[in-house]
Amino acid sequence: MGLPRPEELISNVNLKKMPSKPWMDTLPVEFKPGFYCYGAKGKNLEYVNFPNARDFHVTEQDWKLPEDWKNIVIEGIKQRLERFRTFHVFMDICVRCGACADKCHFFIGTGDPKNMPVLRAELLRSVYRKYFTTGGKLFGRNGGARDLDIDVLKELWYYFYQCTECRRCSLFCPYGIDTAEITIIGRELLNLLGLNTDWISGPVANCYRTGNHLGIEPHTMKSTLEFMCNDIEDITGIRIEPPINKKGAEILFVTPSGDLFADPGIYNAMGYMMLFHEIGLDYTWSTFASEGGNFGFFTSMEMAKRLHTKIYEEAKRLKVKWIIGGECGHMWRVWHQYHNTWYGPIDFLEEPVSPITGTKFENAKSNKIVHISEFTADLIKHGVLKFDKSRNDNLIVTFHDSCNPSRGMGLFEEPRYIIKNVCNHFYEMPDETIREQTFCCGGGSGLNAGEIMELRMRGGFPRANAVRYVHEKFGVNLLANICAIDRATLPPLMDYWVPGVRVSGVTELVANAMIMKGEKERTMNLRMEPLPGKEEE
Amino acid sequence: MGIGLAFIIVLGLILFAYIGTELLGLNSLFAVVFPYVALIVFIVGFINRVVKWGKSPVPFRIPTTAGQQFSLPWIKYSKIDNPATGWGVALRMFFEIALFRSLFRNTKAEIMNGKLYVGSNKWLWIGALAFHYSFLIILIRHLRFFMAQTPWCISVVDSVDSFWQIGLPMVYMTDIIIAAALLYLLGRRIFNPQVKYISLPSDYFPLFLIIGIIATGVMMRYFARVDITAIKELTLGLAYLKPTVPEGVGSLFYIHLFLVSVLFAYFPFSKLMHMGGVFLSPTRNLANNNRMERHVNPWDYPVKHRHYEEYEDEFREKMKKAGIPVEKE
Repeated sequence: MGLPRPEELISNVNLKKMPSKPWMDTLPVEFKPGFYCYGAKGKNLEYVNFPNARDFHVTEQDWKLPEDWKNIVIEGIKQRLERFRTFHVFMDICVRCGACADKCHFFIGTGDPKNMPVLRAELLRSVYRKYFTTGGKLFGRNGGARDLDIDVLKELWYYFYQCTECRRCSLFCPYGIDTAEITIIGRELLNLLGLNTDWISGPVANCYRTGNHLGIEPHTMKSTLEFMCNDIEDITGIRIEPPINKKGAEILFVTPSGDLFADPGIYNAMGYMMLFHEIGLDYTWSTFASEGGNFGFFTSMEMAKRLHTKIYEEAKRLKVKWIIGGECGHMWRVWHQYHNTWYGPIDFLEEPVSPITGTKFENAKSNKIVHISEFTADLIKHGVLKFDKSRNDNLIVTFHDSCNPSRGMGLFEEPRYIIKNVCNHFYEMPDETIREQTFCCGGGSGLNAGEIMELRMRGGFPRANAVRYVHEKFGVNLLANICAIDRATLPPLMDYWVPGVRVSGVTELVANAMIMKGEKERTMNLRMEPLPGKEEE
Repeated sequence: MGIGLAFIIVLGLILFAYIGTELLGLNSLFAVVFPYVALIVFIVGFINRVVKWGKSPVPFRIPTTAGQQFSLPWIKYSKIDNPATGWGVALRMFFEIALFRSLFRNTKAEIMNGKLYVGSNKWLWIGALAFHYSFLIILIRHLRFFMAQTPWCISVVDSVDSFWQIGLPMVYMTDIIIAAALLYLLGRRIFNPQVKYISLPSDYFPLFLIIGIIATGVMMRYFARVDITAIKELTLGLAYLKPTVPEGVGSLFYIHLFLVSVLFAYFPFSKLMHMGGVFLSPTRNLANNNRMERHVNPWDYPVKHRHYEEYEDEFREKMKKAGIPVEKE
């Protein structure tokens, strides 16, 4: 990766040393390699009708902006002030108490003051003051205001793509100012000028065309699932036929496409299919609604809505009764906090009731989508599943709360309950780093690109630091989570900071321990490695 | 940034009031015109700002959830930190506004020898509570200057505040606490490098302004001899809309009153509006019940999206070949 050694990476970070120059005087921003994503490709922007579609090169002096770019941004701010009370209030009421400052993983990992949430917001707030407040107009810089020029725009771009929208700062803010909301709106403004990243706009275009970020076409999806089923057969002796685009199924199952593609997500996908097979669930995959994640959410609210419409259209077309969503972070933020508003009232579906246990999912009665962890926890509580926990005995597990299900939902107990029922060895990380105070993996909100590995390793440092603590204290060797981005970003983070700790989804652990009816004696886990006690001599 | 500027402005304001009353004798300007104007600006400005915020709708229900969600019946959920009902929200807001719940969570992160340490840090919470409650009590105490008969509840506040019965006139606890809290809040901005770096002139200005108000108030009560009867005549006149400018009110009082007037007039245009804004913060004042109850976005509009038909048109042959059911053969 060309990165310095871990002990060197953080050694030069000093959270107490601020630059000698005031922050408004540090322009132009230096685009440090490893800290910014590559610019969007014109064809991807064009495919989803984004404005100013052209190949965008970040480090080129000329960003090829439309002539009246400044007006576009100012008008954009005005429109959003009128549309979002969050934005309007958050622009006005910050007192700069600094409570948020050392809560941000990017500030902790980089020491860059503009990564303090308060200052990240001030970058935009200063522009707001200049054009929308009396004080800013009258007193200019002394009123905390500054002109919007090209250097300021570049700075906004640089720092709004160094925020993972994890909302940890908003938890500590005495007024609930949510930097994620400011970043979301900041990115919307940048997208009015076609200033997106390749890593986000590519998946968005893919998702629009094929239904999923990875661009998996229907036949490939089918063969991928069948390939997984071959592995399942090798491991358990049970042949599963995955239902695909099956009309009249009771439940539509949607998960992030990351689970169909790469290790260790695929083991989770195998786990879903094994679980559903075991309980005889009448469900279906959809090749079109083949993505629960939503990179559109990292560009604009509108794009997010455009990408997820397919989920309800497919639910309608396939005549299912309700929907189960797999393990994913931002997907659940969108599903939980936005879906019902965008697509409701969802009256063509039925209030979710578990066909196995009869449990009514009261908390999902309006938008009719249930989290797989809620569903599985309910199954376990009712004693529907049988486990051989010793199959997971080689694993000493800790659980990483993903940002979005934590601070945008509050899904804490369900996954823990599941893990404790399928694993014998479970240890929590320190309280200040879990549940609502959890630290980000360092790669959320479309920042899991390879070219910003240094930023990711720095941003992921607080999380890794807590894992290292339980690794050294309890010998933890597995970091479980319920997020596809985590499953993609945490393995390199662990390899870098805490070698010897592997990463898995929760359902993989469930399926590995689950005793299936008619299975052969298992000797391998879902990764085709020998189970504890079954190692060859 | 801007600490000197803020200090000079407050000093200038003090000088302005001194010259205006002591040298130029514009007592009625400072006794009547400025206070009324400031009060009007405060009320109109405050309402105006809140109405402006209120006009911006809340398109999405996005509470920051700080505890276990309401889900399965056997899982205990966090009724206040992650409320699912209106009552829960009311309690959450109460704890937020009355006890600064979020600030109570505050931690401190430090990197030592390549390791990160996160520890509890309640100083800001204590300092903020001390400041705000002292200020509130002092404000309530001052109501006796605006009423001919001091109501019993204000007398109670007064006697509790001077409970220790030290000195004559008796020392108010809140005078000492607010002075300490203000020095702490100012000290953070000077000595904490992160807070220093983010501070604007508009962060120092209200601090110096309030320090000026407290200092002049304390001087009048404990040190300087002021004609309290004349002052009460003036304040009562203001309250009963029969303004008078009595003789014998010294410029120290006028400086005090002028700084208060400036604070009131400045309030609606400044970060001090967090007082109103905290009630409207959508990450705190909404229930986490999105999947139970639909939240409506008033400006929602239809968006262009890809329909299944287009998708199938593009992939039909591949789907058929793979044995995936299609709508049109």
